[in-house]
Amino acid sequence: MYAIECQDVKKVFRKRKENGKVKRPLLKRLFKPGREVVKAIDGISFQVEQGEIFGILGPNGSGKSTLIRMLSTLLYPDAGVATILGHDVVKEVGKVQRLINRVSVDAAFFKKLSAYENLLYTARLYGVPLKDMKTTAQAILQKLDFDPKRFFDPLEDFSRGMQQKVAIARALLTQPIVILLDEPTTGLDPKSKRDVQAFIREVNQEHGATVILTTHDMDEADKLCRRIAIIDGGKFIQLGTATELKALVADKHENPTLEDVFLDLTGKKLVKEDEEQT
Amino acid sequence: MTIGNIWIEAKSSYAFLERNFHLCKRYFGWEIVFLVYTTVNTLTIGLIGKSMGSDENTLYLIIGALLWSFLSTLFHEVAETISWERWEGTLEYTFMAPVHRLTHLLGVCTYAIIYGLLRSILVLIMTVFFFHLNLVGANLIGAFLVMGASCLPFIGMGLGAAVLPLMSPEKGSQATHIIQGIILLVSGVYYSIEYLPGWLRPLSYISPATYTLQGVRGALLNSVPTRALLPEILILVLAGVILIPAGYKIFLAGERYAKRHGKLKRSG
Repeated sequence: MYAIECQDVKKVFRKRKENGKVKRPLLKRLFKPGREVVKAIDGISFQVEQGEIFGILGPNGSGKSTLIRMLSTLLYPDAGVATILGHDVVKEVGKVQRLINRVSVDAAFFKKLSAYENLLYTARLYGVPLKDMKTTAQAILQKLDFDPKRFFDPLEDFSRGMQQKVAIARALLTQPIVILLDEPTTGLDPKSKRDVQAFIREVNQEHGATVILTTHDMDEADKLCRRIAIIDGGKFIQLGTATELKALVADKHENPTLEDVFLDLTGKKLVKEDEEQT
Repeated sequence: MTIGNIWIEAKSSYAFLERNFHLCKRYFGWEIVFLVYTTVNTLTIGLIGKSMGSDENTLYLIIGALLWSFLSTLFHEVAETISWERWEGTLEYTFMAPVHRLTHLLGVCTYAIIYGLLRSILVLIMTVFFFHLNLVGANLIGAFLVMGASCLPFIGMGLGAAVLPLMSPEKGSQATHIIQGIILLVSGVYYSIEYLPGWLRPLSYISPATYTLQGVRGALLNSVPTRALLPEILILVLAGVILIPAGYKIFLAGERYAKRHGKLKRSG
């Protein structure tokens, strides 16, 4: 049985069309608002083996987070079927939710609460015994080089790197079979990034967790992922191991990198989010 | 559902209660501000009655202010649960957790009742001292029974209103404030509903707060015996029996809408 399977999954959003140049009459705007159809996911099919780290590389707006949200039971696909260990993400929501956890690009915490209080909330939600919560959380945070003295400080006082480490501890506290990592190292300092990457590898190798990792970082995808899918415009442009993908452009580049692969296949530069903001 | 499952769901429900009280602790400064504001508001309104030279008017207005403080807090805490989680950025995380939506909402509603009661009791104590209120002879048990029964329809209304920020992040939250304002206007909080224009009065008859205020005022001002308060209590319980399942179903429909249209994101 595959850990994750998507068959021709589609998702369309209808966004209000804003035409800044021409002001439409008020009545038309009220009763016939212009709607722009955006194909966020346009017929994606793939399988992820149990225990695999599967990467999804794509620019902003390519559909990575939309796909992760669908697998997280937060968004219904408009067509197609997505399953986690054979359970449909729409029809068997409760079963899927017990098997997964997600780390999103923005650490979704109650920032005024401490790491302890946030993890306590998670433990109660997921039925993790309190004693196990403390032991497991502290063990994970120690591996991620988190200062244990700060366990009871409000998270708003932490750097982004520290917050993301707590987010990872929170996700792993529930011992998920499938972990969905949506750009978990974006915006992290180099040391934090290395710590998180090493930990992902360890969790996969020692615990056999299946990981889906969306990222902008080509090196990260190359180092961690067994297979990588390149996504653009809501479609998987290409899927394969890093070696297979590089072989596709070997005739054009000497020692091709994943960046060369990406540029050649999509015609776009993969701009990292932290670079975009500067 | 087995007893084991019920215990697991109860512990998950407690997660929301505990979380919210932790947040209260962290936002303690703001809690003091809201408590001071509510107290000053109640005292000010009571002083209006005193300025009219009538103890009965003073008590009439104080009961209105205290009850409205409790009921509006209850409604607000339930109705704003989505808005507030969206603002914190935790909405998706909460909705991804393997917790029945009923369990989630039960936790939120339990917190709202306890929090509303605690705040109202503190304001009541300060009001009693400020005005040297004498409630000898008042039917306190009857009043609490009416108040308890009123929690049910207000929770139901809160559940239905909570769906609005799910469907429209900004406008939804604005709409819940408008609903709260309308309930305040038509329910006779500070005046008898007879003073409302005729076209507004039908709304008074369908507002649960109207019966709450009538019942509590009867018990405290006129020492109406509990048996005579049964009509108000039964109306409130019946309203709750209708509004809670209806509010829950509306919430579930709103959740399905939000998941279909991608409205659980921070920006919606």
